[in-house]
Amino acid sequence: MTPRKRLVGLGAFALASSLVLTACGGGNSGDEATGDGASTGIVTISNGEPQNPLVGSMTNETEGGLVVQQLYSGLVYYDAEGVVHNEIAESIESDDNQTWNITIQDGWEWSDGTPVTAANFVDAWNWAAYGPNGAKGAGFFDPIEGFAETQGVPEFDEEGNVSGMAEEPTAETLSGLEVVSDTEFTVTLGQPESDFPIRLGYSAYFPLPDAYYDDTAAFGEKPVTNGPYVLESWEHESEIKLVPNEAYNGPRKAQNGGLDFIVYTDENTSYADLQGGNLDILENVPTSAMSTFEEDLGDGAISEPSASFAALTVPEWLPEFQGDAGLKRRQALSMAINREQITETIFAGTRIPATDFTSPVINGWTGEIPGNEVTTYNAEEAKKLWDEANEEDPLPDDYVLTISTNTDSDHQAWVEAVCNGYINDLDINCEMTGYPTFDEVLNERDKGPDGKVDGLFRAGWSADYPSLQNYLGPLYSKAALAGSNDGRYESDEFDAALKTAAAATSLDEANELYNKAQEILFKDLPGIPLWYYSTTAGHSENVDNVEFGWDSMPLLYEVTKSE
Amino acid sequence: MLWYIGRRLLQVIPVFLGATLLLYGLVFLRPGDPVAALGGERGLSPAAELAIREAYHLDQPFLMQYLYFLKGVFTFDMGVTFTGRPVVEVIAQAFPVTFQLALMAIVIETVFGIGFGLWAGVRKGKLFDSTVLLWSLVLISVPTFVIGFVMQAVVGVQLGWLPITAGRDPDFISLLMPAIVLATTSFAYILRLTRTSVVENITADFVRTARAKGLPRDKVMSRHVLRNSLIPVVTFIGIDLGNLMAGSIVTEGIFNINGVGGTLYQAIIRGENVTVVSLATVLVIVYIFANLLVDVFYAVLDPRIRYA
Repeated sequence: MTPRKRLVGLGAFALASSLVLTACGGGNSGDEATGDGASTGIVTISNGEPQNPLVGSMTNETEGGLVVQQLYSGLVYYDAEGVVHNEIAESIESDDNQTWNITIQDGWEWSDGTPVTAANFVDAWNWAAYGPNGAKGAGFFDPIEGFAETQGVPEFDEEGNVSGMAEEPTAETLSGLEVVSDTEFTVTLGQPESDFPIRLGYSAYFPLPDAYYDDTAAFGEKPVTNGPYVLESWEHESEIKLVPNEAYNGPRKAQNGGLDFIVYTDENTSYADLQGGNLDILENVPTSAMSTFEEDLGDGAISEPSASFAALTVPEWLPEFQGDAGLKRRQALSMAINREQITETIFAGTRIPATDFTSPVINGWTGEIPGNEVTTYNAEEAKKLWDEANEEDPLPDDYVLTISTNTDSDHQAWVEAVCNGYINDLDINCEMTGYPTFDEVLNERDKGPDGKVDGLFRAGWSADYPSLQNYLGPLYSKAALAGSNDGRYESDEFDAALKTAAAATSLDEANELYNKAQEILFKDLPGIPLWYYSTTAGHSENVDNVEFGWDSMPLLYEVTKSE
Repeated sequence: MLWYIGRRLLQVIPVFLGATLLLYGLVFLRPGDPVAALGGERGLSPAAELAIREAYHLDQPFLMQYLYFLKGVFTFDMGVTFTGRPVVEVIAQAFPVTFQLALMAIVIETVFGIGFGLWAGVRKGKLFDSTVLLWSLVLISVPTFVIGFVMQAVVGVQLGWLPITAGRDPDFISLLMPAIVLATTSFAYILRLTRTSVVENITADFVRTARAKGLPRDKVMSRHVLRNSLIPVVTFIGIDLGNLMAGSIVTEGIFNINGVGGTLYQAIIRGENVTVVSLATVLVIVYIFANLLVDVFYAVLDPRIRYA
């Protein structure tokens, strides 16, 4: 039950080796797709039980996401390096990054024989966006014009939970979507977004057949789909079987005889099954095997950076972290973390010290943002800054810095290590505030200044689509105050920088501008970058061509297995 | 006897109401917001959040939610889980396999526990007795998950004698290792209970009398010693059936068995009140029936016990 944003991910290896790995992997997949060397074996994959119906816009967790990706095809897909390629789309074009003309290829079919049309996209997006339908991916349609009218105005109770609607939605469809013909539609956004085409590979943007609207509840159990595979059976909490879609003729043609997703509740168990030859692909190496898995699995061990990023958020509502003295304290706290040592000793080198607010697997990442010196460990400078801040704005003698985290995952060890660093290097009191489950932390955090969180808290983020924007906008923009900007960071300068980047005319230009925006973050430090996560996975000797994508998910269609 | 059983069955009603209300209250009091957790870090749109709250009656006060649950129980429609599966279906799927596992464990622990216990009791103080006592102490002190992982790694992965995991539609063979693991602790307890009882009874007056009458040793053992020694053991086994069904979370996790323990654990983590309380209710009923069975068994074992 892992919501996509909740990080349970664990370690990996050096950056350089993984780049080599993905580079040669990319070449392989190209050859496979054109060749006819398809194998016939059925590949078994460890997974959890999907928490939602098997519909793109209803799925927001990795377990279901992996299955949905195999069942549906969208406008574009991502290769292993996160590069975007057209799948159903013929072209996605815009002159101003705001009005997008999308044409789709002819000849695509749903598994019930009906053709895939432009209306299938528009209807699916409208359905997902419309508030009362309760789609978990509704937020992804926020950039499209007319989104607010499909949401209505909610009422909140004193705890900050939605208690009712003050105003019902005034529109059932997004005014920014228009079907031009069977193969063409236009999308008008509320403002220019240069990375809009990159987003379209995310599962929320997948189309749905007309059959969906007959019975939306039952559809997710036995969906009609257009992807490389079709669903054969779904035995809940136990096994999901997919078979290749004979009608599929796109770039992700299945190279194996089918996929069996086996539900495991314990990672140690799936690891044992992998070693015993009962399982082909293991998505997560358990913590207990982290130091031995490369030896245990040999060629089958996979370790590469992932799109997940961890930070410590410094909430804006804490008076001691406001103003000039506050900034000095933020810098001191960042410099007093020995990232190298913690990633080595606590995570056995399976996490990578962070030097920015995004992730190395994303196109445009440089790791060389001016101002990122604060991510280098420097105890002396940290102590100096902290003392300077105390002269400007003294703290009470009994001051205790707290770091809040959920303790049901592996966070306790590193939080204590960070705290010990503060105690030793800054000579302050530091304590961990533990919450038993993740939703309790969420609850307290969302209350903002009124909540119990009166210190730093842990933030984990992984991207839904491979774009720098996906790290910066949702976490630090004013628009995200109602969303995931939990530290309540507000900066006109940063918002303006994001807006400029969104209006860039090319991807390279946009990336450059997004990195400029990061400089502002380093100036204000709304969060302290900690480290990047890695994908640590494995496969058995029975399968070949196993590659994990930028999103830590295996590219299952290209895996081969002989019978 | 029938009147007695009927009266005991009637007790199920207040126990059911009390237990479900208590359980529902406990899950309700669990801190955190399950709907917020569904959205992860990104969060749900307010309209979507509201739609989900309404669908699961989470916008209603506690008592209303409980009444909805009761209505569901009596109409056999307890609603759906957060994943959209009917709760009734979840129960129907989780219980048979757990029941099979618990039954296998009970048989294993009873047969071996009583057998070893009897032998050790008869040969009190000899080598077999002290060895068995020592080993049973080891089994009690080592946590189940250690035994589980070690057996899985040695018997399953290295030797390949038994399946590593039970998987879907587990058969007798694939449940054998989990059942042995599940049975270990209780086996040690039964062994010790039986041994102590046997040691006590073997010197009792009625045994001496039976021997003095010239009854063959076998008869003395089976009709007098064993039968009288079994009363505490039967009590233990009765309670253990309930424990094994609810407490197999660890074992089910290790061997990937899709049963009550794992389902219950996941539901608690997700804050799915209805699923938690429904599963727990079935467990409560299992407990009640197991205890009833134990009481009836007393009468069979000891003719002095009579129920009017």
